[in-house]
Amino acid sequence: MNNEELKTTITALLPSDTFEEGGEWLNINVEPKDWLPLAQQLRNDASLFFDYLFCLTCIDWKTHLTMVYHLSSTRCRHNIVVKSKLDRSNPEIETVSKIWKTAEFHEREVYEMFGVKFLNHPDLRLLILPDGWEGKKPMLKDFEDAVNMIRL
Amino acid sequence: MWSFSKIADLVHQSLNHTFSPTLATIIEMVIVGVCVIGLFAVLGLVLVIMERKVSAWIQIRLGPNRVGPKGMFQSLADTVKLLVKEGMTPSGADKFLFNLAPYIALIVAMLLMAPLAFAKDFQMWDLNIGVLYVSAISSVSVISILMAGWSSNNKYSLMGAMRSGAQIVSYELSAGFSVLSVVVLAGSLNLNTIIQSQADGWWIFKGHIPVMISFVIFIIAVTAETNRAPFDLAEAESELTAGFHTEYSGMKFALFFLAEYVNVFIVCAIGATLFLGGWMPFHIGHWDGFNHVMDYIPSSIWFFGKTFFLIFLIMWFRWTFPRLRIDQLLNLEWKYLLPISLFNILLVTAMAILGWYF
Amino acid sequence: MVEEIGTTEEGDLIINVGPQHPATHGVLHLVITLNGETIKKVEPHLGYIHRSIEKMCESLTYRQFIYVTSRMDYLSAHINNHACALCVEKGLDVEIPRRAQVIRVLMDELTRIASHELWWGAMAMDLGAFTPFFHAFRERETINDIMEETCGARLTMNYMVPGGLMADLHPNFQKRVKEFITLYKLKINEYAELVTGNIIFQNRMKGVGYLSAEDAISYGCSGPTARGSGVSCDIRKLYPYEVYDKLEFDEVLETEGDSFARYMVRIGEMNQSIKIIEQLIDNIPDGDFQAKTKVVLKLPKGEFYSRVETARGELGVYIVSEGGTTPYRIKFRSPGFSNLSALDHMARGSKLGDLVAMMGTLDLVIPDIDR
Repeated sequence: MNNEELKTTITALLPSDTFEEGGEWLNINVEPKDWLPLAQQLRNDASLFFDYLFCLTCIDWKTHLTMVYHLSSTRCRHNIVVKSKLDRSNPEIETVSKIWKTAEFHEREVYEMFGVKFLNHPDLRLLILPDGWEGKKPMLKDFEDAVNMIRL
Repeated sequence: MWSFSKIADLVHQSLNHTFSPTLATIIEMVIVGVCVIGLFAVLGLVLVIMERKVSAWIQIRLGPNRVGPKGMFQSLADTVKLLVKEGMTPSGADKFLFNLAPYIALIVAMLLMAPLAFAKDFQMWDLNIGVLYVSAISSVSVISILMAGWSSNNKYSLMGAMRSGAQIVSYELSAGFSVLSVVVLAGSLNLNTIIQSQADGWWIFKGHIPVMISFVIFIIAVTAETNRAPFDLAEAESELTAGFHTEYSGMKFALFFLAEYVNVFIVCAIGATLFLGGWMPFHIGHWDGFNHVMDYIPSSIWFFGKTFFLIFLIMWFRWTFPRLRIDQLLNLEWKYLLPISLFNILLVTAMAILGWYF
Repeated sequence: MVEEIGTTEEGDLIINVGPQHPATHGVLHLVITLNGETIKKVEPHLGYIHRSIEKMCESLTYRQFIYVTSRMDYLSAHINNHACALCVEKGLDVEIPRRAQVIRVLMDELTRIASHELWWGAMAMDLGAFTPFFHAFRERETINDIMEETCGARLTMNYMVPGGLMADLHPNFQKRVKEFITLYKLKINEYAELVTGNIIFQNRMKGVGYLSAEDAISYGCSGPTARGSGVSCDIRKLYPYEVYDKLEFDEVLETEGDSFARYMVRIGEMNQSIKIIEQLIDNIPDGDFQAKTKVVLKLPKGEFYSRVETARGELGVYIVSEGGTTPYRIKFRSPGFSNLSALDHMARGSKLGDLVAMMGTLDLVIPDIDR
């Protein structure tokens, strides 16, 4: 399916989402609460069949956080990008680790780097940071470490 | 011509001449002890440098080539390094057992030297049950490994020790049966008698197919018993870092290392004695002229030549094969080697009774 | 935090493999729950070599950040650089000269062979065979020499820059590569004799670490790890970049999904890479090796994503630009990270000795996982 077809199919699934144009792939903006049902539909719908979550990350926009999911289908060979705005003071979103198992590790990484809480995640612990890490999440824009950070 | 037996006789006579028989025996024992320790050290050095050179040759590289001519003193330098290193004992370890284990490994290896015939009429102890003695004592070496693994208070060590226990106990059976096939043919447990019985040809040729099968099983089993690759599960370094000797350092580690190499020497010497005639030169039936020519080569050269050939074989295995997994290792023994050797011993017995050997 | 000492309540042994361990090839830390020799759970603890490259890149310009990425997957440094250069070029919307494209593909494939050579040796060493390591390094050394001549470095090349290449090829390049191809074809049979056909090796690999196609996709596996399970995921075929769409090569697929399948995929890939190099080495077009770009690169506001196939799988570079000279946010989707997440699933129920075989065939490069 090309981007236009994807757009119509996904609008039918979830009318409240908005789309961003211009990029290589179709960008879909969803509310955090709509994400899990949409994800299940994206994964299970036979014509969409997004079974490959190849990138999961988060962007700190200083006013809010944005979760970014890059999805691909190994059968239909189409890609989409799903974005979800999170509240910066209390970022929370449902986990998708039950739908795409790779999300478990990627979400743990986002959890420790950005502090996003993934609800119902099976094992939300620090993965990369040393045990007992406290303080600000390192990938946030206002993170300061006078000792280890080098500014050019 | 000088030979080991003549030197031994000379020493024996001169000692008996000067001292009372009891004192002479005691002095002889001390001399033998010193010789064994000396042989031990020399064997360790020689085998380590040999292993490194053989591996280098197989792995298209040079190997040690800095210390001494062609790197021949490298293992000596290593020994000095190990001697001056601190021998640490982990705080959680069972200190007595931890420190005892390497010595047991060493003592077992030393005890195994006793019935070996290094040359014609040159033997520490002409024991009439030599073969039984060897298989009995060699089983003790597993205790040192279990002791080391248990007392280290380290999970890697423990797992290595447990693997080693399972492995040595299993492979002891095949090794025993393959040794037994020669005992059946020779009709004696005395190593000297076995060697004498090969005066008209080595058992591997006289006993043809069944003995060759035993020989192959023997080599596989002793490779496993000495914890050498591809059966080095006890120290499998990519899995268990160093297995049972993970916590050992300095000279205590070196003793394990030394014991391993001397064990390799001993099992190869036993193999050479049983299957390849020990110090017995290469004789063919009643070709007296040929046999006479062969006799000109000293018996000690025959013995060490055969032994080192087998050692080379075992080293060759080590640097070629990947390691087995623990279940595959036990499968190999219990499902293949043991039934084959059981059947083989039957075959050998029938052959011995019917006289179907050369 | 998990108590990492002692045993679990059920009496299972908890064992720490790493951070310093011969089988992890780096500072990976696996906490393994064992019942006897059988693995019940593998829990990776990462971060021992985490340098926060993503954060560093946020304060580096588009010309500078490429050098940091060589240090991610140091065995495919060229391909990392390539991915970053592609992403920046996508943002700048520049077309690079054909000469640069061909040279980039050549370098990528040489890197792939070098990386697979090292993997082959290291994996055999994990299984207890030391000799293959030296044999593999003999060939790898030749590639490193070729790289050194052209790029000036043997491991972290930093040869591909936005707009093309850092420098032109060394005059000896073609001759040396042809010599390498001859050597490689002579020696590849040794690999089969020494390792592939070995009965112990096959027993250690076959049926070990099974990963079904569905699981491979779900765990986000890519590269040879997924292709061993029959998942077609070669970015070079599916989303061709540079001149890959004009080349003749096959995507190596095995369907068994075990360690041996992954092994065979990598061996097959080396042969395919040689095939690609043979097609290109005599057809390097003349011309510039760099497109005309501004000294200070500024990407327009937007998001750019590039995907390339490294030796380990799919590397994605995701740049979020605010229009400045530095990326606002950059994300490296590293293949190793996703491949590692499948390890627990694969390892459960197998023996401890199998774990090293699995880790060997996953081809983990720890700096790539930690970034």
